[in-house]
Amino acid sequence: MTEAPQTDSATGPGFPAIRTVGVDGFLVSFADALDERANRAALAFRAALERESWTGVAECATSLVSAFLRFDLAACDHAGLRARLETLLASRDWYDAPLPGGRRLWRVPVVFGSEHGPQLAEAAELAGQSTDTAIATLCANPVRVQTIGFAPGQPYLGQLPENWDIPRQTGLTPLVPQGALVVAIRQLIVFSVGTPTGWRHIGQTGLRLFRPDAPDPFLLRPGDEVMFHPADDLDRLRTAPDGGAVAEALT
Amino acid sequence: MTRALTIHSATPGVTVQDTGRPGYLAQGLSRGGAADLLALAEGAALLGQPDTCAALELAGGALALTASQDMRIALTGAEMRATLDGAPLVWGANHALPKGARLDISPLRGGFGYLHIGGGLHPPESLGAASAHLAAGIGRAVQAGDTIPVGLDRGHRTGLCLPSATLDTTLRLVPSLQTALFGPDALARLETTRFTKDARGNRMGQRLVPDGAGFATAEGLRILSEIIVPGDVQITGDGMPYVLLSECQTTGGYPRIGTVLPCDLPKLLRAGPGTVFGLRFVTLEEGAALERAEATRRAGLGRALTPLLRDPRDMPDLLSYQLVSGVTAGHDLEEC
Repeated sequence: MTEAPQTDSATGPGFPAIRTVGVDGFLVSFADALDERANRAALAFRAALERESWTGVAECATSLVSAFLRFDLAACDHAGLRARLETLLASRDWYDAPLPGGRRLWRVPVVFGSEHGPQLAEAAELAGQSTDTAIATLCANPVRVQTIGFAPGQPYLGQLPENWDIPRQTGLTPLVPQGALVVAIRQLIVFSVGTPTGWRHIGQTGLRLFRPDAPDPFLLRPGDEVMFHPADDLDRLRTAPDGGAVAEALT
Repeated sequence: MTRALTIHSATPGVTVQDTGRPGYLAQGLSRGGAADLLALAEGAALLGQPDTCAALELAGGALALTASQDMRIALTGAEMRATLDGAPLVWGANHALPKGARLDISPLRGGFGYLHIGGGLHPPESLGAASAHLAAGIGRAVQAGDTIPVGLDRGHRTGLCLPSATLDTTLRLVPSLQTALFGPDALARLETTRFTKDARGNRMGQRLVPDGAGFATAEGLRILSEIIVPGDVQITGDGMPYVLLSECQTTGGYPRIGTVLPCDLPKLLRAGPGTVFGLRFVTLEEGAALERAEATRRAGLGRALTPLLRDPRDMPDLLSYQLVSGVTAGHDLEEC
């Protein structure tokens, strides 16, 4: 991936772009690489789609730099919906949209390395750092929940320094457990379910990001920030409320 | 008296499924629900009830159960072996399930089969739906000893079957966000490659094995995670294609070479492992037209049902059938 300067990828030619997804979906992308302003634009554009609630639109969501909508082919056609999306896009500068309200800062303990993060050394080497420096780097600054996706409540967190632009592995690790901290392409993810993955497993949290029977089943929201810190007793984290994480309001 | 099914045995992969949970995509929860939505519509047509009724999905599995009351059932999706107190039942049809009679279903060639009950299944709901979403940790597979509540059935017709379908092994694709990443040569090769349905498959996705080289792209390992929809053909780092299904992830970073039309997914889901498929691109306009035509056909399924023709030699209790009163002009088939 060519790492374009952040401002260029957002405002460069071709973006925002409207593309189709499958046979009944549209994706409005604000960049082709992870980008702070494009992420805010995607969140704001999706919120606008929810407010518009056009007839025939079945569902909206965001990914890192895009807003998605799925529609009912019996109620809409591609040309009509594309025209409405173009009009909405032109109605303002989405890149200067503010972050969502009600954001929180979560301080999350992580057990790094050993059997709880078997690929820490490999990931650190790809990033050109010792394991100790890697842990210090990953815990130095908060990372933001840029989107929730892949599995229920699962945050994509970023953006890490450029030396962490490491690729996914070619093979899949057959199973990485719930609560795992994994890394690739300048992002961290905490897994909300056990899953196979191409990302490298570097640590373990006690977080339960999805609680289907709770009144509020999803722990994190896009816009929240997460500050990791090293811990050493995973059993204690797993039994603690919210996996030992504490939240404070961001103003 | 409560209407319920009692499960006597169930292999892993038997779950309650309905049309799933739309609306949670933004929270990372895929819609889930029945892998084969056509099968849900067929079961609904056979029993004269809405296709939102929950049914049992057998992902290649086996099941034995009894009913607490007289009920009606319909059998759809991948053909399986079904017996009622040992007597064979025709697949793709609806039948009476008398109180206490033992229904046994076991796999034939593989694939996803469905057992629908008149009145639908009513297990406890989670996040607004009855379906288990195993990948998300919602609900669980059906187990021996389970009792599953069944709703009231206002219909009465049995002995109806679906029109017979011919086996079609071409999966039609529309281009996806990342199709162009693969380049014209790989895309042309995709359409001439034969793909064998692998034994590895579940509600999240079905692996296809090409008869030649895989379809890996160098840049595929670094692209941003982006929205996934069921039907997407995801190419993992080793070049292997997976057709993603109803319980797939909501976003993913492996590139998608195209998206199988929803109306073609049942072909893949009903086939056994070892079945050979071809992939063919259609334009978005063609794809949308095919989907709309299929939606119209699906809505008219109730009118396409025919009385089940049975070989009298297979009917030991022939004299007990009221043969004349079973004759119908056809128009009342929807009113069951």
